[in-house]
Amino acid sequence: MKEFLEGSHAIAEVIRSCKPGVISAYPITPQTHIVEDLAQMVSDGSLKSQFVNVESEHSAASVVLGGSATGVRVYTATSSQGLFYMQEVIFNIAGMRLPVVMTCANRAISAPINIWNDQQDSISLRDAGWFQIYAENNQEAVDFHLIGYRLAEDKRVMLPVMVCMDGFILTHGMEAVDMPEQEKVNKFLPDYDPLYKLDPVKPISMGLLADPDYYMETRFAIQETMKESIGYLADISQEFNSAFGRDYKDLLVEEYQLKDAEKVIVAMGSVCGTIKEAVDELRSKGKKVGLLRIITYRPFPYARVCEALKNVTKVAVLDKAVSLGAYAPIAVEVKAAFYGKKKGPKMVSSFVAGLGGRDITLETIHEIFRRLSTKEVNSDFVDLKPELLKEEYGE
Amino acid sequence: MFGPLTVLPSKSKGDKTGSWRIQSRPQYLHKNCIGCRMCLFICPEGCVHGKEKNTLWVDYNFCKGCGLCADICPKDDIAMVPEESKEEAK
Amino acid sequence: MENSPLFKSGHTACAGCGQAIAARMVVEAAGPNTIIANNTGCLEVFTTKFPETAWGVPWIHSLFENSAAVASGVEAALKYLGKKDNINVIAQGGDGSTADIGLQALSGMLERGHDILYVCYDNEAYMNTGVQRSGLTPFDTNTTTSPAGAQSSGNIRPKKPMPEIALAHGIPYVATASAGFPQDIQRKVKKAISIKGPKYIQIHVPCPLGWRHESNQMIPVAKLAVDCGLYPLFEYENGVLIAQKKITPKPVEEYLKSQGRFKHLLNNPEEIKKIQAIADNNIMKYNLKAQA
Repeated sequence: MKEFLEGSHAIAEVIRSCKPGVISAYPITPQTHIVEDLAQMVSDGSLKSQFVNVESEHSAASVVLGGSATGVRVYTATSSQGLFYMQEVIFNIAGMRLPVVMTCANRAISAPINIWNDQQDSISLRDAGWFQIYAENNQEAVDFHLIGYRLAEDKRVMLPVMVCMDGFILTHGMEAVDMPEQEKVNKFLPDYDPLYKLDPVKPISMGLLADPDYYMETRFAIQETMKESIGYLADISQEFNSAFGRDYKDLLVEEYQLKDAEKVIVAMGSVCGTIKEAVDELRSKGKKVGLLRIITYRPFPYARVCEALKNVTKVAVLDKAVSLGAYAPIAVEVKAAFYGKKKGPKMVSSFVAGLGGRDITLETIHEIFRRLSTKEVNSDFVDLKPELLKEEYGE
Repeated sequence: MFGPLTVLPSKSKGDKTGSWRIQSRPQYLHKNCIGCRMCLFICPEGCVHGKEKNTLWVDYNFCKGCGLCADICPKDDIAMVPEESKEEAK
Repeated sequence: MENSPLFKSGHTACAGCGQAIAARMVVEAAGPNTIIANNTGCLEVFTTKFPETAWGVPWIHSLFENSAAVASGVEAALKYLGKKDNINVIAQGGDGSTADIGLQALSGMLERGHDILYVCYDNEAYMNTGVQRSGLTPFDTNTTTSPAGAQSSGNIRPKKPMPEIALAHGIPYVATASAGFPQDIQRKVKKAISIKGPKYIQIHVPCPLGWRHESNQMIPVAKLAVDCGLYPLFEYENGVLIAQKKITPKPVEEYLKSQGRFKHLLNNPEEIKKIQAIADNNIMKYNLKAQA
């Protein structure tokens, strides 16, 4: 049944339906509404979870690590500095192969402090061994949490999942969302059956020291699981489609107007809504343009990207994050995907937009398509204010 | 799947730390022992065994030769003998 | 039958390690229905180098500073599963991971009221990384980052009052113990786990390598620390001092003489006087002096 809900509330509702046993979080804008709603549900008794109010994100991540290691489904949510404060625990959770699911309400990184949206936070943790799945709208954000638990707890996988949704734009946006019914959720997502857990009945040790004889294989194993999971994601999304009546292809990428497209933007997250609008506008004028939306950023779907863009002439990669001193993060992947390939675009230009909540408007997208007509550019910032850049320090 | 590195307790006896013992080893004399088991109680390795008096023994596979048992023995019934010496009672 | 099925032989602690004895006392007193979360440090490294483990109870290590938070998650999960009444949860770590880098996580655990026993093994420096100064390093100690020299007589600050900090959280049980008195450790651990809520026990554990004394002197050195008043053993229940180990105080010099880390002080009566004052203050504060 469709309900008109705030993004954060919709997430809280779907998390309730997943019945985590331990929830732990520390407040940070724009994640707060999600955990406030969950706390209320626990207080009202409609969610039978242990809600642990911690003194920091580091402890929030550590609490869910401990809960997951004890064999219980867990949930946390954070954003920006909070995610960074969790960082060593984030790597730890993946290294210990614990199926934690968390929401990252994407937000810019300090300094300067800025509470608005870009994707610098989660993208900076791309190497941690977590799945990173980016929602375009709140329907997807809701669905991806369900799919996330299924994927994480799959015995072939046993890795954590980060569902990324743009802060404010999605978390605080009102949208009609088809909320999954509890009965269907119960069927799609059975109770968590851990492969290993802390239990006096079978006392295992977890989190051991691995010397050079063993460490590399632990990393290799995660790398292999990530690669194999590309197939599992496709299977799980098909199962999800039939259970809930959706139409996700494989949750890796979405191809929008790509059939005969000559110029294509590659992007991730809510900005793709705006890009689709621009594409429709240009298509109505006969321009052969399209969008390739990255849904799963880790593992990165290289093969799907190559397949989707092999006949495109010019590609513009739009990043809402930077790798200061280097090419932008998604652009790096797209360029790498085509290295040594016979078929592929003649030009892959990279644009940076929307940092720290700077609006990405229809005009921004048109500007990117215009710049794509000229020579190849890298990390080209769009919508800069030149008058600010002229100022000298101390003036 | 390699990686969670979960280990069952039975695996723990693989490290034969007795090879660390370079200076001296405890020799249980079994003369004046009163069976107080303080040696067993305070052994950091947990490698002293036995119950009745004059029956306690040390597992040299694990004993590092710290000498705490000899030091705590109220009856001086444990001697630390040089490691190269072959005169251990066994 | 195995002597110690919960803390097995084969671990790689240094010979005569005080922490190894204390850790065995703790887990044996707590029994097999116990889950332990361990901070990074000597104890973690010497008991769990893959594929070996010394632990006969469920045991988890995550990071240097988060055992209190991981244990909070374990405890919350056990509550959710309805198993908390039958299983003890222990979080443990060294002095650095307790009083310095892990203080925030510990404070959170104590304040939230989890039913967890936290054990701090206090060997008074970062021994795992090579004897660097921690917040629990005593005044005037020579460590690798508070070295004695022409301009310094070692660590410039007294120990952080961790038991008092724990106590200030209003928790039901706080105690100190010493590897020199192993039966006392077991008694206190048994008492602690019989009490619901957060508990804190800090155990003085000599480190032959870092303190520079012979390995067979571990217990005498630990006893001297107690007997001179520098490491008072006490118990607080619900904020009230209910017991302390009475002593006939020995001069601190006897304790200082027993270890290389204080060697630089032996010809420095001024500094020894300052350390004696710390002991005297403890003796007064905790009423340690035995009746004649």
